[in-house]
Amino acid sequence: MNLTLKIWRQPGPRHRGSMQTYKVTDISEDMSFLEMLDILNEQLNAKGEEPIAFDSDCREGICGSCGLMISGKAHGPERTTTCQLHMRSFTDGEVITIEPWRANAFPVIKDLVVDRSAFDRIIQAGGYISVNTGSAPEANAAPVPKQHAERAFMAAECIGCGACVAACPNASAMLFMGAKVTHLSELPQGQPERDARVVSMVEQHDHEGFGGCTNVGACSQACPKGIPQDVISTLNKDLRTALRR
Amino acid sequence: MTDTINAGITHGLYTEGEPIADTKAPAGPIAQMWTTRRFEAALVNPANRRKLDVIIVGTGLAGGSAAATLGEAGYNVKSFCFQDSPRRAHSIAAQGGINAAKNYKEDGDSVYRLFYDTVKGGDYRSRETNVYRLAEVSANIIDQCVAQGVPFARDYGGLLDNRSFGGVQVSRTFYARGQTGQQLLIGAYQALERQVAAGTVTTYTRHEMLEIVVVDGRARGIIVRDLVTGEIETHLADAVVLASGGYGNVFFLSTNAMGSNVTASWRAHRKGAYMANPCFTQIHPTCIPVSGEHQSKLTLMSESLRNDGRIWVPKNREDCDKDPRDIPEEDRDYYLERIYPSYGNLVPRDIASRQAKNVCDEGRGVGPKVGDFRRGVYLDFADAIERLGKAAVSEKYGNLFDMYARITGEDPYTVPMRIYPAVHYVMGGLWVDYDLQSSIPGLFVAGEANYSDHGANRLGASALMQGLADGYFVLPNTIRDYLAKGPFEPLSADHPEVVAARRSVESRTERLLAINGERSVDSFHRELGQVMWEYCGMERSEEGLLKAIDLIRGLREEFWRNVRVLGAGDTLNQSLERAGRVADFLELGELMCIDALHRRESCGSHFRVESQTEDGEALRHDDEYAYVAAWESTGGDGFGELGTPVLHKEDLVYEAIQLKQRSYK
Repeated sequence: MNLTLKIWRQPGPRHRGSMQTYKVTDISEDMSFLEMLDILNEQLNAKGEEPIAFDSDCREGICGSCGLMISGKAHGPERTTTCQLHMRSFTDGEVITIEPWRANAFPVIKDLVVDRSAFDRIIQAGGYISVNTGSAPEANAAPVPKQHAERAFMAAECIGCGACVAACPNASAMLFMGAKVTHLSELPQGQPERDARVVSMVEQHDHEGFGGCTNVGACSQACPKGIPQDVISTLNKDLRTALRR
Repeated sequence: MTDTINAGITHGLYTEGEPIADTKAPAGPIAQMWTTRRFEAALVNPANRRKLDVIIVGTGLAGGSAAATLGEAGYNVKSFCFQDSPRRAHSIAAQGGINAAKNYKEDGDSVYRLFYDTVKGGDYRSRETNVYRLAEVSANIIDQCVAQGVPFARDYGGLLDNRSFGGVQVSRTFYARGQTGQQLLIGAYQALERQVAAGTVTTYTRHEMLEIVVVDGRARGIIVRDLVTGEIETHLADAVVLASGGYGNVFFLSTNAMGSNVTASWRAHRKGAYMANPCFTQIHPTCIPVSGEHQSKLTLMSESLRNDGRIWVPKNREDCDKDPRDIPEEDRDYYLERIYPSYGNLVPRDIASRQAKNVCDEGRGVGPKVGDFRRGVYLDFADAIERLGKAAVSEKYGNLFDMYARITGEDPYTVPMRIYPAVHYVMGGLWVDYDLQSSIPGLFVAGEANYSDHGANRLGASALMQGLADGYFVLPNTIRDYLAKGPFEPLSADHPEVVAARRSVESRTERLLAINGERSVDSFHRELGQVMWEYCGMERSEEGLLKAIDLIRGLREEFWRNVRVLGAGDTLNQSLERAGRVADFLELGELMCIDALHRRESCGSHFRVESQTEDGEALRHDDEYAYVAAWESTGGDGFGELGTPVLHKEDLVYEAIQLKQRSYK
């Protein structure tokens, strides 16, 4: 198939960016979206133009490195990561716009690459269980009811890609944060720090410049792992409880 | 056979140096060694720990867990990764599980059995003492991870569940659906970020190590490039830990992440660290076949699929393009079940991979033709779906089935999956002693980056175990013995050795940007990969390897003359990053071929056509090759010129386990 691509180019964090138009031809529908961009970059390199910068690493949908706004949708038309999106989801002759994640808390580094270190700082604020190496009790000493274990797992599937923020009209990271709070709150090991964790993480979230949640639900729709919106309810409940104490 | 070794030497490909006499394992019975070592390793007063700087390169299971643990102990840790967050290290993509000798199933497992299975699975080319310790600490890993909140699969009683994995007959694998690596890595990452908040660890993301600083024979720091600003930075320390993963991407197509590379290890090798058994490469049997020329990477599906899926190809070549559902039972060849009745579809990875290659070479492969061949075999769940029901199969493997469907556009619940082997993991790596210290004092190596535990073939669910064993339990205990001798003499960035290291990085970067040739970095990488896959892949021969060495030398020469790297050095420049990595792969590839050439036996993943039994099984030669091949670099100019490597042999002594020819029949 032949496609027209309108791609955001921005030389550096302090430069102005703009949309540039490129054409690619003979694209196979079995290619992944990023392989299509690889081909474009090889063409640009051959012409002496600098290739387009974009993040990707595992290309298996698990590392969370990749993430593009594709024709206005975070990770494009399917519910998956950009690297797992294949060209069979597009039609011959289509015009596709490709932009970086847009959020104040995710400043653009170059072209389609953004800085998501704010997520790491939210985790630093409390997204962990304090247990030093060597001090753990026998693993089966504390059974975890299967339904709790499964909800913890579901929430822990978050890959930290930032699609939730990119999709949210408020650029809120509540789904990301709710997923971590839910993962740890569902487990007996997470109880001792439950109150302090949620308060501290929310403070950091706001400090980073992410917006508030207005229950739009776009985050969950865009999440490649399908993390449900109710993790935000768990977060809000934990926050209420913590602030009341 | 000796003639061939001599032929290798007379070809001028390598020379032989002094053997490695001492691996620093303590004396005494194997079951006591680790206790002895922990006791004998010197202690560092807690008040002195914050004065000791430790650099850790890589934030995967080994590097992340080591950084967190050393931070908790109070050392001053600097943690580096090229990704934008420590959480993205490639350990995250491991699917199937992590082994541990908990014996929760009461099925006869024990530390000794895990040790035995790992040594046997590695085809008797790993070091007994290290493997025993690995098995010994395995149970602690599970305790630690559960305490961190890792959501392992559980049964209805709320206790931890286990499954079985290739190459063993007990259920000792802990798992979190098909995302075990992700969950373990997030656990280590959270522990690491906790130490960042505590002020003991500083993280340097989007930083790539490009050189090691060795002063007075000790590793004292690294030179890195800030991938965002392009700035070349010097970081000095009392000890350096490399946990920078494996080099499977030398094959271009592999299941590794796009950024996985050998540069940190290779730079250390060029500065004096021995590289051990570099040709031992694991080719994983259950990957999604190549679909075309555009392919940028291959995708693995957990081999846990082999627990319930049955592998087959048509008995007759004429059936290869038929719809598999129309091929009757009597016309199917379940070749693993036929050849290996006792292990069946659960034979170790190297055997499953080579047999898949064999049936495809016979012209019985399935799926679309790529080039002239069909390269695929069926992995069929029809029986499992009938026996367990679709819901139960989906519960176990749902995410893998979804991934397969997304990539291929086919529904594995109704049509058998197609799989083919792909490069997945490297057993070879930097040589380390019992303390995980390399041949450069003060340089420690952990996880996949080291050669230590897997011999010539790694068993499933053992990579996660080794990464976390090294990072949480082994390295923090052994490195303190070294650090207790510090803090070492303060070093300034103006020291001539430091300046020279930094200058060499700058001149490489300048050179890569200045060539401005005709060919892209990827085109060189792809061509190197084809050479490696063809001649140093699942089957190796003397003739092929000699040819590969010539081809690689030619390609490397052309690279330094004709590569095109656009853009500038003082900005984010992904072509420049890749160029540096490919330059190192072009050197590594040659050493891998030399290593494969010199080892004129078949063992584990390394199958030499000249060394097989009458029925085509691998034939080891313990009398000649029961050793680790540790290669020393002899220099070169740093722009593709390699010196002649020197081989140091570490004899493998088996005291606890008797050497046997492996049999899974």
